[in-house]
Amino acid sequence: MNSPITLNTNTEQRWTTLCSQTDLVPYSGVAALHNEEQIALFYLPGEADEVFALSNHDPVSKANVIARGLVGDIDGQLMVASPLYKQHYDLRSGKCLDAEDLALKSWAVRLREGVVEVLG
Amino acid sequence: MTRSTNTSRLIVIGNGMVGHHFIQQLVESGQAERWEITVFCEESRLAYDRVHLSAYFSGSSADDLAMATPDLYREWGINVRPGDKAISIDREQQQVTAANGEQLSYDKLILATGSYPFVPPVPGHERKNCLVYRTLDDLDQIRAAAEGGSKGVVVGGGLLGLEAAKALRDLGLETHVVEFAPRLMAVQLDEDGGALLRSKISELGVQVHTSKATDLIDDGEQHLHRMNFADGETLETDLILFSAGIRPQDELARQSGLEIGERGGIVVNSQCQTSDENIFAIGECALWNGRIFGLVAPGYSMAKVAAAQLSGGDESFLGADMSTRLKLLGVDVGSIGDAQGHTPGALSYRYSDDVAQVYRRIVVSADRKKLLGAVLVGDNSLYDTLLQYALNGIDLPAQPESLILPQSDNVAPMLGPDALPDTATICSCLNVSKGQICGAIDAGALSVGDVKDGTKAASGCGGCAALLKSVVDNELEKRGVEVNTDLCEHFAHTREALYHIVRVEGIRSFKELLASHGKGRGCEICKPTVGSILASCWNELITEETHVGLQDTNDTFMANMQKNGTYSVVPRVPGGEITPDKLIVLGQVAKKYSLYTKITGGQRIDLFGAQLHELPEIWRELVDAGFETGHAYGKSLRTVKSCVGSTWCRYGVQDSASMAIQLEDRYKGLRSPHKIKFAVSGCTRECAEAQSKDIGIIATENGWNLYVCGNGGMKPRHADLFATDLDDATLVRYIDRVLMFYVKTADRLQRTSVWMDNMEGGLDYLRDVVINDSLGLADELEQQMSHVVGTYQCEWKSTIEDPEKLKRFRTFVNDDSSDPQIVMIQERSQPRPA
Repeated sequence: MNSPITLNTNTEQRWTTLCSQTDLVPYSGVAALHNEEQIALFYLPGEADEVFALSNHDPVSKANVIARGLVGDIDGQLMVASPLYKQHYDLRSGKCLDAEDLALKSWAVRLREGVVEVLG
Repeated sequence: MTRSTNTSRLIVIGNGMVGHHFIQQLVESGQAERWEITVFCEESRLAYDRVHLSAYFSGSSADDLAMATPDLYREWGINVRPGDKAISIDREQQQVTAANGEQLSYDKLILATGSYPFVPPVPGHERKNCLVYRTLDDLDQIRAAAEGGSKGVVVGGGLLGLEAAKALRDLGLETHVVEFAPRLMAVQLDEDGGALLRSKISELGVQVHTSKATDLIDDGEQHLHRMNFADGETLETDLILFSAGIRPQDELARQSGLEIGERGGIVVNSQCQTSDENIFAIGECALWNGRIFGLVAPGYSMAKVAAAQLSGGDESFLGADMSTRLKLLGVDVGSIGDAQGHTPGALSYRYSDDVAQVYRRIVVSADRKKLLGAVLVGDNSLYDTLLQYALNGIDLPAQPESLILPQSDNVAPMLGPDALPDTATICSCLNVSKGQICGAIDAGALSVGDVKDGTKAASGCGGCAALLKSVVDNELEKRGVEVNTDLCEHFAHTREALYHIVRVEGIRSFKELLASHGKGRGCEICKPTVGSILASCWNELITEETHVGLQDTNDTFMANMQKNGTYSVVPRVPGGEITPDKLIVLGQVAKKYSLYTKITGGQRIDLFGAQLHELPEIWRELVDAGFETGHAYGKSLRTVKSCVGSTWCRYGVQDSASMAIQLEDRYKGLRSPHKIKFAVSGCTRECAEAQSKDIGIIATENGWNLYVCGNGGMKPRHADLFATDLDDATLVRYIDRVLMFYVKTADRLQRTSVWMDNMEGGLDYLRDVVINDSLGLADELEQQMSHVVGTYQCEWKSTIEDPEKLKRFRTFVNDDSSDPQIVMIQERSQPRPA
């Protein structure tokens, strides 16, 4: 798999703390600020990767709303549906499953000792 | 006058079907905004359906035939001048002069002036009641003339002449058709076809005279006129309609020096451009390749080409198929391609049945591989199949005659929708291919109606409706739509089945239901649906941790997300009744949080522009002032609209406001398959517009009349009268049962109207279930409703009391700032998104 989460993680110093695990809402999303960028964080307890980080900016509506979309899966692929116009985005890669030319930026993200960290 | 600098001026002369289609194309492509558009419409009425003109005498009104209204044009920002004729064009100055002398400049000019009926220069043709058949005004004159007479003659036995004959017959006149050629419809039919048509029409009481040249029209003895024919015969009549063909209306173009064809018609190239590059001509006034196209479909194609040209597109007009299929005086007539076999080497097969009065001919290529043309009289059922063979060059079966022979066991299979290539034109009026129809279905269209909305197919002459239906049904079937009623990929059940499972098995969470009856993790379709079912059954708060992830964003944050990611807030105002103190609070809150305020159609106040983190603060103030959530975000009861009723109004016969408040308090918070709206009117004047609601109540002297299953919105539908003169208790009981039965059996996102219409037995069945308790469900439904009513809690009140739930209402979990990208500007003293 070529998702960003499996990137080599030996650049330990570049992981930055975003928020506490308790800020996350299970099976739903929240937004966090990271260097002027808005990141949508999704928490799916029980999945192989439990946390996902995508840009909060919806390229279709141009509003910062992705964190407020519904999560689930389509053909087994974990996705979030934009709350405004319902495009589906792959939670791992950020690729739009309905339109090839659309994608959300994605970050490598992990849970460590009750803290959410992103890479970059 | 203000005009932004990047708009150019466009003048369209003519607002017939083609002129209107041109405007429509421009508007739909979003290009109309680039132009300042003026439309000259010589007739007092804007474009109407000339193809179905004879319907004017069989029940349709001018409004029924109308294709455009001044309001529509105004909405589109187009300046239309009904009843105004352009009288000259100055090409050098690029100006058009109107009848009143006003001069209008253009950058581009479209001529859609159409045609006029050709009236043969027979001496006497200008006598009284010698009319033509072209416009609604003509039809009014024909109607007036028919009133004083008993007999009418149509001169011309072509397609339009026979239509006109139908009109005369519908007016109750003894009807005759006089044709110069030896047969009817000489252009489209062959000799045998024409002869059969003549015999069928004669049987219907229309007398046909062929090979007749009219020399003179003078006074009759029994009737107003006497027509004197070259062969010495005469025919008396009260009314003469000339329908001997059309001539292009090219006078304006001629005067302005544009190139005109030898026999008339404004010469255009394949871009529909005239000899002046800034002037285009489309429809029956245009001459392309030496031809005038007297049908609407080619006119529409030209309109599309011209509209594309103005938008920098490069579409071309490359001629058009002139095949026609008609019902003339009730007789099927079809003509396809080279109907008379003029192609060198062409061969024909003919089938003629004097008993059934059916004639069919196909013209095939010398190698018998391709269909070149066809004639059908008496039965058009093969038209679609034959047309597709001809248009798409589909190889003929080894025995081409099998196509027109009567069905027996070993005939060649008819061309089903599957045999058509994607390029096959299904609707030739609007040029819609099978591929486009499949595309619409792939994009979510689920019915012929959806496909029509999406592609405009079958919205021209309507002749392709049957073919369209067979293609749509076939494609839907292929995609498993008709058999597959699964909610989504996660649940192989209908909503109704899931509701039943949840009730019977006592399932309380999505997880439980997914584990026992579904698969995967769910999606944005099944999660909110199951969330709604759980709420309908058990009425636990949607904000509970087990349910919160199931809700659509509006339900999650109990507010309505707007396009910039902010929310609108709508507190409940039961029955639309509100105290001054509460009004003041709404104003204060709106001011404090800089919210845009607007009165809704449901008699409450919408506060727009709140950011996520502001919602709890706003609601704390609203709850303190005694407001409850309005569920404007939910598939649930919205409002119960009311008039003041007998307490104030001199006409009121019951206290409608009190009833509205009682009902709104009872059903608030009920989760349902779709939103539900009520209204209560205090008398039959119906000021609360109850008949446009899911549940409508109208006061009577004796109680209440109950209406059900109406709605406004995209497909408005009046509610049906369900029961009359109910007392208060019975009214509530019936509403309990109707709503709970709806919650139990409707599909996801199905309004009550569609739910009832889809129910076998419809209104009568619903009455039987609710009033006569035919399913023995009444008690159960009432108990279930009583549970929902008894467990109501205001979702916002309980949320602001729970710090854990409030954590979700943060714009950023790691920062207190607002979303910096939400920018508001002021308009009419209120904020709105930039």
